[in-house]
Amino acid sequence: MATAAKGVVLLDFWVSPFGQRCRIALAEKGVEYEYKEENLWDKSPLLLKANPVHKKIPVLIHEGNPICESLVIVQYIDEVWSNNPLLPSDPYERAQARFWADFVDKKIYECGTRLWKLKGEAQEEARKDMIEILKLLEGELGDKKYFGGETFGFVDVAFVPFSAWFYSYETCGNFSVEKECPKLVAWAKRCMERESVSKSLHDPHKVHEFVGHLKKMYGVE
Amino acid sequence: MEQAPSGLKLFGSWASSYTHRVQLALKLKGLDFEYMEEDLNNKSPSLLLYNPVYKKVPVLLHLDRPIVESVIILQYIDETWTDRPIMPADPYERAVARFWCYFADDKLGPAVGAVFGLAGEDQKAAVAQVHENLKLIETELREGAFKGRRFFGGDKIGILDIVLGCGSYWLAVFDEVMEVKLVDPEAFPLFHAWLRDFEEQEEVKEIIPAIDRLLEYARGIRQMMLSLKDTPTAAAPAATTTTTTTTNDNSNVAVESGSGV
Repeated sequence: MATAAKGVVLLDFWVSPFGQRCRIALAEKGVEYEYKEENLWDKSPLLLKANPVHKKIPVLIHEGNPICESLVIVQYIDEVWSNNPLLPSDPYERAQARFWADFVDKKIYECGTRLWKLKGEAQEEARKDMIEILKLLEGELGDKKYFGGETFGFVDVAFVPFSAWFYSYETCGNFSVEKECPKLVAWAKRCMERESVSKSLHDPHKVHEFVGHLKKMYGVE
Repeated sequence: MEQAPSGLKLFGSWASSYTHRVQLALKLKGLDFEYMEEDLNNKSPSLLLYNPVYKKVPVLLHLDRPIVESVIILQYIDETWTDRPIMPADPYERAVARFWCYFADDKLGPAVGAVFGLAGEDQKAAVAQVHENLKLIETELREGAFKGRRFFGGDKIGILDIVLGCGSYWLAVFDEVMEVKLVDPEAFPLFHAWLRDFEEQEEVKEIIPAIDRLLEYARGIRQMMLSLKDTPTAAAPAATTTTTTTTNDNSNVAVESGSGV
């Protein structure tokens, strides 16, 4: 049910997995919105005004009201546009979904950053940590089609953008996600069959190219 | 072992503000529960079974199913027992409440923990960080999302009051133990007034431990930390923060930090 929603703007950055969560959620709901690409090295006055606390993307602006923090945004989207619910209706299952989305938030980005930024023993530790994190997530997925079960849900939205970073993690960390977590790779492929996901994520090689830029910026060789 | 009629069991620690959050929510909802005090230096097999990922308190067991992470637990309680709501009804209000819950746990909490874990110049910097964070909250109280409200939740205590309130009592404790000034009533008049009002609520008084116990506890840990002088970790007691903060110095690039729902 496409809704030409009045005044929905997303301030975002092309490769951001956090921004992509919002794009995927909006697409799943069929909400039309204006996408505004931010230059993170030259943030717009609008961004600074909309998110004065963190000055970060993504920010969703709906009817003039800014909403910040990607998982807060996704829950907001889920509550305002009630078609294709992303969170289950049962409170216990909702708690589980929130737990795993939060787990992704706490663990993946930070560990991924260590993987490309560090060398030697510290990088090896990051590699081990990343494999452990991915295995935990794979355990939660099990043999389900999605983390949400039969339906694509909150945890899928929270985690799938990071699948575009698997190639980069593998390359920096010298391991194979497919080998360690084949079910996750299969899950990611299934998600990519959804237009909301395939249109929001970037090619893993482009992501890795971006990581290359970051490495240069931080003087990591 | 007799189970509470509500089927609720809470694993917690007496000095853990995260535990207090859950206790307060259960009290506000009028829910009885069985309480298990955990020795965090010797965690029970049950705790490890019910929270294998983080191995932390609080853990709420409801009809033998565990829910972990305090803000997630609070929302679970609110959604299961819908009388006396602690979350706002409006989606935008809910998003604002959740945002500031994140802020409390991602920014303010670790900053306060850092004050506790450091000394000298490092501590001064940590104190400045706490002030920065309190200033943001003060601004919201004065002219932003919470303007004119008695509590963050409006006329009644809501989720953000619970999250910020259970933990903010450490500010006064740290002020005394370390002779810093975290909550200056002149710099943060609205925050200070809110905190006093919150701490005067009957339910809150019944939950938060006596200040003497907290002072003694904090002094003990601080002494221990200072005696390990060469390891300036921000390893505050389990009461205040979770773990050390990871320095997010890729702040230009990172595109967001978000944790806790």
